[in-house]
Amino acid sequence: MEIEKFSYDNKIVKYFAYATIIWGITGMLVGLTIATQLAFPEFYNDYLGFSYLSFGRLRPLHTNAVIFAFVGNGIFTGVYYSLQRLLKARMWSDKLSYLNFWGWQFIIVCAVITLPMGMTSSKEYAELEWWIDILITIIWVAFGWNMFATILKRRVKHLYVAIWFYIGTFVAVAMLHIFNSIEIPVSFTKSYSAYAGVQDALVQWWYGHNAVAFFLTTPYLGLMYYFVPKAANRPVYSYRLSIIHFWALIFMYIWAGPHHLLYSSLPDWAQSLGVVFSIMLIAPSWGGMLNGLLTLRGAWDRVRDDVTLKFMVVALTCYGMATFEGPLLSLKSVNIISHFTDWTVAHVHVGGLGWNGMLTFGMLYWLFPKLFRTELYSKKMANQHFWIATLGIILYVIPIYIAGFVQGLMWQDFNPDGTLVNGEFVKTVTVLKPYYIFRSLGGLVYLIGAILMFYNLIKTAKQGNFLKDEPASAPALAKYDNKKESWHKRLEGKPVQFMIWSIVAVAIGGLVEIVPTLIVKSNIPTIASVKPYTPLELEGRDLYIREGCNNCHSQMIRPLRFETARYGEYSKAGEFVYDYPFLWGSKRTGPDLAREGGLRSHYWHFQHMIRPKEVTPGSIMPAYPWMKEDDLNTSLTAKKIKALKRLNVPYEEGFEDKAVADLQKQANGIAKALVTDMYNKLPKELQKGYNIDAEIGKLEKKEIIAIIAYLQRLGTDIKAEPKTDSK
Amino acid sequence: MLRFIKQNLETISGIEIFPLISLVIFVLFFVIMLVRVFKMKKTYVSEISDYPLNDSDDEEIFQQQN
Repeated sequence: MEIEKFSYDNKIVKYFAYATIIWGITGMLVGLTIATQLAFPEFYNDYLGFSYLSFGRLRPLHTNAVIFAFVGNGIFTGVYYSLQRLLKARMWSDKLSYLNFWGWQFIIVCAVITLPMGMTSSKEYAELEWWIDILITIIWVAFGWNMFATILKRRVKHLYVAIWFYIGTFVAVAMLHIFNSIEIPVSFTKSYSAYAGVQDALVQWWYGHNAVAFFLTTPYLGLMYYFVPKAANRPVYSYRLSIIHFWALIFMYIWAGPHHLLYSSLPDWAQSLGVVFSIMLIAPSWGGMLNGLLTLRGAWDRVRDDVTLKFMVVALTCYGMATFEGPLLSLKSVNIISHFTDWTVAHVHVGGLGWNGMLTFGMLYWLFPKLFRTELYSKKMANQHFWIATLGIILYVIPIYIAGFVQGLMWQDFNPDGTLVNGEFVKTVTVLKPYYIFRSLGGLVYLIGAILMFYNLIKTAKQGNFLKDEPASAPALAKYDNKKESWHKRLEGKPVQFMIWSIVAVAIGGLVEIVPTLIVKSNIPTIASVKPYTPLELEGRDLYIREGCNNCHSQMIRPLRFETARYGEYSKAGEFVYDYPFLWGSKRTGPDLAREGGLRSHYWHFQHMIRPKEVTPGSIMPAYPWMKEDDLNTSLTAKKIKALKRLNVPYEEGFEDKAVADLQKQANGIAKALVTDMYNKLPKELQKGYNIDAEIGKLEKKEIIAIIAYLQRLGTDIKAEPKTDSK
Repeated sequence: MLRFIKQNLETISGIEIFPLISLVIFVLFFVIMLVRVFKMKKTYVSEISDYPLNDSDDEEIFQQQN
């Protein structure tokens, strides 16, 4: 057998490593910004009240930056390093590697520009507009192509378990991304989801849940199976367990999505399915965690000196905690409190800061000395980072857990006479301020740790000597008869078959959940009084999406006593049939708005959008003064109606041509009522010089009229009598 | 495309059995996997779990083996 000489591409690993650090720090900085916006809303409203900086627009930037830029580049760093070595082959195509790198960074830059501009699909972790979705697909396929071609030209017989996780990741993310991003473009900056209401919610949370599974979990488990044995210098605890871990995890994870929609208008059977599979998920998750931790058996003394191992032990511990907590959160009784509160935020940060963050840091501390052929610049500083990061996690999650419990319980409090103790929603917000301040501090501490690491690693790089192409050699892969080998051994030898089986494993759960909900008639009882939005309401709804209102306001009243007492009749599936996309939301930083329509005057909404704190003392809502200044853009209205008609929204024939006229008429009506109200509230001496008609003419063109129209429409279709005004 | 799938599915009778069938597939899958995993040979298991550790000095290892 001949020894072949080749080289590993280290430059691509270095590129991705720097990208993950830089974007990581950026993403954390945005996170810190929005955390302080909740803690000190006055400061932002008074001094930094720019539309680009408002919470609803920055929150998606934070989640996208952390998930796809920080963790995404972290995945590529680890995959490009370990894949080449596990296969004893250079990446198949350098061109594809660099297309992957630059394409991914370009997508991130697009996100950084478009999200603060308010270009968003509103679907969580999938906010980017349609053309960026297409770019993501292309770059993801380039990555997968390169990976598979490398696997096919490998010099080892079998695929190590880490690579299965990479394959599973590639397959599942491709499937999730494509199905969740099916949308009808209206213009460069706007598109409508192809699904509506309940279907859209189910597809979105099937995606959202599995983005956590297949973007934040499986690739990192792959990295764990490579880097923990590497750092500990001993093989994984149980290879058999890793096989079970892999198949069980990818098979089960995909079913659990509906646990994000408990007590919602989703059909009951889908909710139950989600709960059952969530509970079962504890088994493979903990199997994986224990497999990682037990790899250190007999080497625990090394954890004392080796900073990489320290980070990885905390990462695995956080993974264990988060994957134990996740199934608990999917129990309906727990979910009542956790859903819509900061408890969920705490949960995801145990995963994000603990599992993804700490594993990335550990990997980078191990990788940089290898890539630059030197020692780490300062072990002491790395150890300091370890303690700072751990402290940061604790400081972050503990206050925010408490905030979640406090608010969740306050919402449920009843007086003996059956009225709500905290009838005013804002009471349950002002009480959270100290927790929000501490949470921001925790985030700041964690960020300082990451900056310290950046410095340490740059110093390491400077003192070292980077080897772009690392020479390696290995015997060529001989042809062999694999008929006698065990099934899994054979499967590992055939990556294409392996991929197909992975697709089957993830597709089964997906199909079972998605397919039956596509059959609208049997699952979603239609309500005759529910009508499509008027053009003005539709434009208002699109402004609601642009400003990211859904990041803080839900539109989903659960069938629970404390919810119906506060908000009114619980939400029905049939109410959302024209909601492209659905806007149920997942967090109530402000109150639910599903029954907002008709509760208050136009005047109240107008004042509240411009000066929320003056209308509701203690409110932490950002002000939206630009909505009063900016004219509503109606150039796309006809196109929007046309697009929705293609999606089967029953607008009458030729309605798109009358849409703008209809919009102006409704806007005029609202402006008239609003201005009259303003006039009546003026002191007598000021009323004299007030030109009502001029004011109406000015206001009716503004964005604020459209958003008022939308808010006044919410929930009115089936609302008989407004029950309470207790929000 | 989506409309096409929808319309076809509406006409399927007994679609309710869909989740049941998949559950059966699911259980079978796991039983078979567990049986086979525990029947795997020890030598193979230890060989492959060493994969991450022998990525340096390939030539030396190869020469030692031959």
